[in-house]
Amino acid sequence: MQFGVFTIGDVTTDPTTGRTPTEAERVQSMVAIARKAEEVGLDVFATGEHHNPPFVAPANPPILLSNIAAQTTGLQLSTATTLITTNDPVRLAEDYAYLQHLSAGRNDLMLGRGNTGPVYPWFGKDIRKGIPLAVEHYHLLRRLWREKSVDWEGEFRTPLHGYTVAPGPLDGVPPFVWHGSIRSPEIAEQAAFYGDGFFHNNIFWNKEHTEAMVRLYRQRFEHYGHGAADQAIVGLGGQIFMADTEEEAKRIFRPYFDNAPVYGHGPSLESFTRDTPLTVGTPEQVIERTLGFADYVGDYQRQLFLVDHAGLPLDAVLEQIEILGTQVVPVLRQEFETRRPAHVPSDPPTHASLVAEGPDSPHLQVISATAGLDAAEEAAV
Amino acid sequence: MTRHVVVLTAGLSQPSSSRLLADQIAGAVAAEVGARGEAVDLQTYELREYAVDLATMMATAGMPTARLDELRRAVSAADGLVVVTPVFAASYSGVFKLFFDALDPDALGGMPVIIAATAGTPRHSLVLDHALRPLLTYLRAVVMPTGVFAATEDFGGGAAGRDLTKRAGRAAAELAAHVVSSGGDAVAGFTPSAATRDAGVGIPTQVTPFRQLLGRQLGPVT
Repeated sequence: MQFGVFTIGDVTTDPTTGRTPTEAERVQSMVAIARKAEEVGLDVFATGEHHNPPFVAPANPPILLSNIAAQTTGLQLSTATTLITTNDPVRLAEDYAYLQHLSAGRNDLMLGRGNTGPVYPWFGKDIRKGIPLAVEHYHLLRRLWREKSVDWEGEFRTPLHGYTVAPGPLDGVPPFVWHGSIRSPEIAEQAAFYGDGFFHNNIFWNKEHTEAMVRLYRQRFEHYGHGAADQAIVGLGGQIFMADTEEEAKRIFRPYFDNAPVYGHGPSLESFTRDTPLTVGTPEQVIERTLGFADYVGDYQRQLFLVDHAGLPLDAVLEQIEILGTQVVPVLRQEFETRRPAHVPSDPPTHASLVAEGPDSPHLQVISATAGLDAAEEAAV
Repeated sequence: MTRHVVVLTAGLSQPSSSRLLADQIAGAVAAEVGARGEAVDLQTYELREYAVDLATMMATAGMPTARLDELRRAVSAADGLVVVTPVFAASYSGVFKLFFDALDPDALGGMPVIIAATAGTPRHSLVLDHALRPLLTYLRAVVMPTGVFAATEDFGGGAAGRDLTKRAGRAAAELAAHVVSSGGDAVAGFTPSAATRDAGVGIPTQVTPFRQLLGRQLGPVT
């Protein structure tokens, strides 16, 4: 199972000191966070993509990830998320393949739609077309990574004739793709159709909702013949802050919580802890809460923690990653493997595992579904 | 079959004149549905009790709470609705509007609704037609022609009090006709109903097969 951190790269004033990091400091902090993650034995670093203040998460994540690739050796590099709606799928095909070559195949990506209205028109798109954009762009992206010379015409991009992506995917094997969605069943369906991973960023949601979304993805993954429902590739988010005692953790984190972007000046730390996966307490409490996720989504493959937002200073963030790597993740690894049945994969596919599947790998097909494709079967759903 | 009518009242004080009006209209609805030979189940909710849940949802970019979800579900599943607000600063109260802001745009499609309001003075009576009616029309509810407005003096005796009872009865009769014609006796697919509404709670039980989403992108499956 993979464990890691994901960041949205928000530039937020530290409410306890009034200090706001510069953009340069925040960008460099993301590199430091990734390096620390590798140092303490975490598996994954994932960056968001943003096009508006207060976020300095890169408009083009492969830039940050290639810099991190150059400073790490084993860390898996991912995104949370790459915008499949407002980006040109041709650029995505080029950039993420390029990153594969630079990182020796250490990258995957997670696709999302983005929910900031004005970003769409800035890129000539319409947020009301979010789902059709995600569907058309991703299908094109798959073809660009799997077909030598692509002829394509669609609704949202200028047509292509005789286009071949350069550089092509490393070893001819495209990166593994996750689809992230909080509440759109169409995206769970998309992930299931292609046999891709599904990431539910549950950090603002109750477990009943997360459970329902993941269940839908698992059922449809099986429907399309990629394996049993419990073998589908699932990722979750989590939000934590740790100290030696729960009281101490809450004392330190409360001002950050109370002033955080998105939920600050809203619900109390206590009610948010009750209603969402937020855990502020001891490493033992984080372990117990995180292990509980598998009780409602099933055994899953990737767990990403949010540890660096709301204006927390870098040294505090690095300390959280240190605790994660030394006290939390080793226990989680062992406990999750103990409860996982043998037929359920522990890790999501990696470049090495996909290469090992050879030329007949379903991963190399644009559409790899082996069931559920004809109209009669659909009618039976 | 039993018809379900939900009554929402946004009064803040206790006792509340909005609640008083809500109860009066609810009684009239029960009588009018009963007179048409059908049973009715009336559930009354005080929106004040959901003020913190509504504020949480608004302050977290939409994180729902379990009890608010339950109310949203009950509202969309109803056969008819009665909504009552006090007039604050020449319009519906903030808590009243917060609730409608928390609804899915398809949560009230075709829903028969009685609109009602209370105020300290009859000079606010047009709030029904200037504020409540457009709000419910936007949500594609079917607003009854008779709205029920009660100023403080309407709760007293004389012509004003008698007129309020009459207005409540007329609105209830209008609602009852809609409520009774929906549900069991209605021809499926011809009238909007609970079945076509989306409370926006949880995730849809029906998925659109991906082939359909892909459309012409798909080409021949090999």
